[in-house]
Amino acid sequence: MDPVIAEEHWNLRLYVAGQTDKSIRAIRNLNRICAEHLNGHYTIEVIDLMDRPQLAEGDQILAIPTLVRRLPEPIKRIIGDLSNEERVLIGLDIRPLTKA
Amino acid sequence: MQQLKKTSSGIKGLDELTCGGLPAGRPTLVCGGPGCGKTLLATTFLVMGALNDNEPGVFVSFDERIPDLGANVASLGFDLPDLQKRGLIAMDHVFLDRRAIEEAGDYDLEGLFVRLAYAIKKVDARRVVLDSIDSLFAGIPNIAIVRSELTRLFAWLKERGLTVIITAERGDNGITRNGVEEYVSDCVIVLDHRVVEQSSTRRLRVVKYRGSTHGTNEYPFLIDQDGITVLPVTSLGLAQIASTERVASGVASLDAMLEGKGYFKGSSILLGGAAGTGKTSIAAHFAEAACRRGERCAFFSFEESPSQLARNMGSIGIDLQPWVDKGLLRFHAARPSLQGLEPHLALMLKEISDFQPDVAVVDPLSALLAIGSLHQTQGMLLRLIDHLKTVGVTSLFTSLQNHDDQSRIAISSIMDSWIMVENRRAGNDLVRRLHVIKSRGMAHSAEMRRMLITRSGVQLVDLQTGLEGA
Repeated sequence: MDPVIAEEHWNLRLYVAGQTDKSIRAIRNLNRICAEHLNGHYTIEVIDLMDRPQLAEGDQILAIPTLVRRLPEPIKRIIGDLSNEERVLIGLDIRPLTKA
Repeated sequence: MQQLKKTSSGIKGLDELTCGGLPAGRPTLVCGGPGCGKTLLATTFLVMGALNDNEPGVFVSFDERIPDLGANVASLGFDLPDLQKRGLIAMDHVFLDRRAIEEAGDYDLEGLFVRLAYAIKKVDARRVVLDSIDSLFAGIPNIAIVRSELTRLFAWLKERGLTVIITAERGDNGITRNGVEEYVSDCVIVLDHRVVEQSSTRRLRVVKYRGSTHGTNEYPFLIDQDGITVLPVTSLGLAQIASTERVASGVASLDAMLEGKGYFKGSSILLGGAAGTGKTSIAAHFAEAACRRGERCAFFSFEESPSQLARNMGSIGIDLQPWVDKGLLRFHAARPSLQGLEPHLALMLKEISDFQPDVAVVDPLSALLAIGSLHQTQGMLLRLIDHLKTVGVTSLFTSLQNHDDQSRIAISSIMDSWIMVENRRAGNDLVRRLHVIKSRGMAHSAEMRRMLITRSGVQLVDLQTGLEGA
């Protein structure tokens, strides 16, 4: 196991707007990628802007879905339904565990 | 056919140009290059709507930060923070940094819709500004998504009956750089800021207005401490009412040449002559006489400063200062070369609509003619004179000119009256001679009169009067 990842905690926030296909796919993809690569050191918060629209401005959300990596710093953002796993890993700055 | 509903744009002159304002409940595209006044126009639309028309608004800025937007218009007396506090305007700065975005799969721009809907609900908005839409194209990596979302956005805005201004950069090929005009088919306004021979001119043109008549020319506009003013060009035809009322010229002996009654009210008078023939003196008499009657006079001076004028006219017994103090006489002195012809005329028209004078003096008109090409100046002068007539202002234009000067004669054809003064050598003396070349609608004197400038003003006497005169 990668010792660096073991020490870090990943705080991820996924912005969606309603239960759309894209939103559902993004949630499913994010859960899978985290489970595979982050070894339990993560929290995922899903924010539905249909319920809490006031949060869109603060995190500068325009594209939906948007994934924001709040921790570790610096803040990173990835847009899309996260179906392209490679781009998600690059965006989150995670080295894939499967490759050593 | 159902009349298109219109909403006041809040911009002076623009509503007249568009026969009532912007299309209500629909989007209007305002495009132009950097620094041409797009954001100011959009902000004015929003602020005026909120203050005057009971239509709160939402400002979505893709470029400038909210505090900067507020600071930019504070000098115009627009207090954006206060309007936000009072719930009349909601503002949202959409910041897009393409470098900090990673794309990983399919997405849409629902976040923009959520933010818009939230802001609209907050103030119960009837108006929306999106400034400028190009930042979306620059900030979102997938242009196909931007395009399909824009289509959806405009449908969404229309569905809600919102009156919208979208700003966009001017393009080299199409009207806009990113072809935004494809999405906005109702009304398109182009702003332009040109610098020709070191003088800057701003122009506005309504390129398209579906279902409405509109002026199609390029109209000059001003940006000053009062915000944007589009030249209030009125009547495109000859619809003015010809008054039968008369206005004294201020020189009794000149009135005598004009059926003893003077000029027609609302007419335009050209007073031509060589240098030093006393044109300004006749103009000063005209101004003073108006003030004596309790009327207002706007005096546009392009060669002398107000204090110079006051001193020089004082020497021939015309005291103008009391009328300035009473607020009946307003001087506007400006160097003609300071700016282009159109800004000058725009300023003059603005003063006319602010001050609402009964009479106006332009001294000399030839100073303005020197700025632009003949064709251009004639077009602009026609509009100026047209406007003065429409609002019933009797106006006197002095002009440095000789009898055989063809270009000046072309200008005279649009004037109602044309008076010439000339210098003739008679022995060792220079004799000033005045005659009325034309004066429409009256049996004016065809005589040539000798003009004396005395310590108590201008007098016209018989040509044969002794050369020692005064």
